[in-house]
Amino acid sequence: MTDINAYDGAPEAEFRDYVALLKPRVMSLVVFTAFVGLWVAPVDVHPFIAFCSILFIALGGGASGALNMWYDRDIDAVMNRTQSRPIPAGRVEGGEALGLGIVLALISVMMLGLVANWFAAGFLAFTVFFYAVVYTIWLKRWTPQNIVIGGAAGAFPPMIGWACATGGITIESLLMFALIFFWTPPHFWALALFMKEDYHKAGVPMLTVTHGRPTTRRHIFAYTLVLAPFAIWLGLTSIGGPLYMAVAVVLNAAFIRGGWQILRRSEDQAIADGYAVEKRVFKLSLYYLFLHFLALLLQGWMGGW
Amino acid sequence: MALRPEHEIHTRRRSRNVGLGIVLLSFVALVFALTVVKVQQGDMMEAFDHQPRVSLTPVPDAAPALAEGGQ
Repeated sequence: MTDINAYDGAPEAEFRDYVALLKPRVMSLVVFTAFVGLWVAPVDVHPFIAFCSILFIALGGGASGALNMWYDRDIDAVMNRTQSRPIPAGRVEGGEALGLGIVLALISVMMLGLVANWFAAGFLAFTVFFYAVVYTIWLKRWTPQNIVIGGAAGAFPPMIGWACATGGITIESLLMFALIFFWTPPHFWALALFMKEDYHKAGVPMLTVTHGRPTTRRHIFAYTLVLAPFAIWLGLTSIGGPLYMAVAVVLNAAFIRGGWQILRRSEDQAIADGYAVEKRVFKLSLYYLFLHFLALLLQGWMGGW
Repeated sequence: MALRPEHEIHTRRRSRNVGLGIVLLSFVALVFALTVVKVQQGDMMEAFDHQPRVSLTPVPDAAPALAEGGQ
């Protein structure tokens, strides 16, 4: 007798599906900021050691991305933006992402410890834990301040890069953290103002939904005000210099102006011109962070004050 | 329906196998290169081996040792 069985499992994933689990676009930001943190540090690092350090910091970031996709697979399936991710699209099973995330996290932490130092490795482990557990599992679905908390996870890479070179934390690395940390809320809330429906549908508390859009506008402006002094302060430290300072002054003035314009608009005005100002400020926020770190990089190369 | 020697699932598997192969080989190359760099830098190359060795014990202060030898 012959049995014919139809195997109805998940379609086998391709290699690129596993790469997609690591959130390559987030990783590129991690690579850039961690590299700047390592480059501007006052300790010379062998180029290959620096390369490996950045690689394993990025891999740790990728691991937390995979853990995030594992835990958020239910809400990813609901939101348009995330429906094509490997797990909701049915190309990778949830357990695979969990396994990949844990294994890559362990490998990246151990390798960073061997490549650079164990302080940086512990810092990386803490970052993965913070993003995957504190942010994704605990706070993301619980509080509208989730963006603020998540921003901290995104702000650690330059500190880890700095720790790889110096083995510690100083005011410069704390200020690089503050730059990303206070930049994240206005960046994401500007996006949330013109990308409406998704988070609500998924049941993730976003400030726009829980406290209303006028409150969100006030928060955006307030954070641009808080952010500016930290950006300027960073320019006064050992890694700052004339170039960075010029860039910081111009960009912070522009960002505060953008926050003010967002604050002054009513929802009707925004709908009337298709959220033109909000979109412009969101785009500005991307340049804001990129140019600040690029300025730090160039300043480190040129020498500071 | 004619049997095709290569089902679509095989190309998916190949992409995974080749990808993983490249990743593992790169990792081996990376660890080797790292070893070369670390050795060239003269980093610590001995770990604790369950018994004290001179190369791992802290260097004692030179002065007391001299004083002891003088007695």
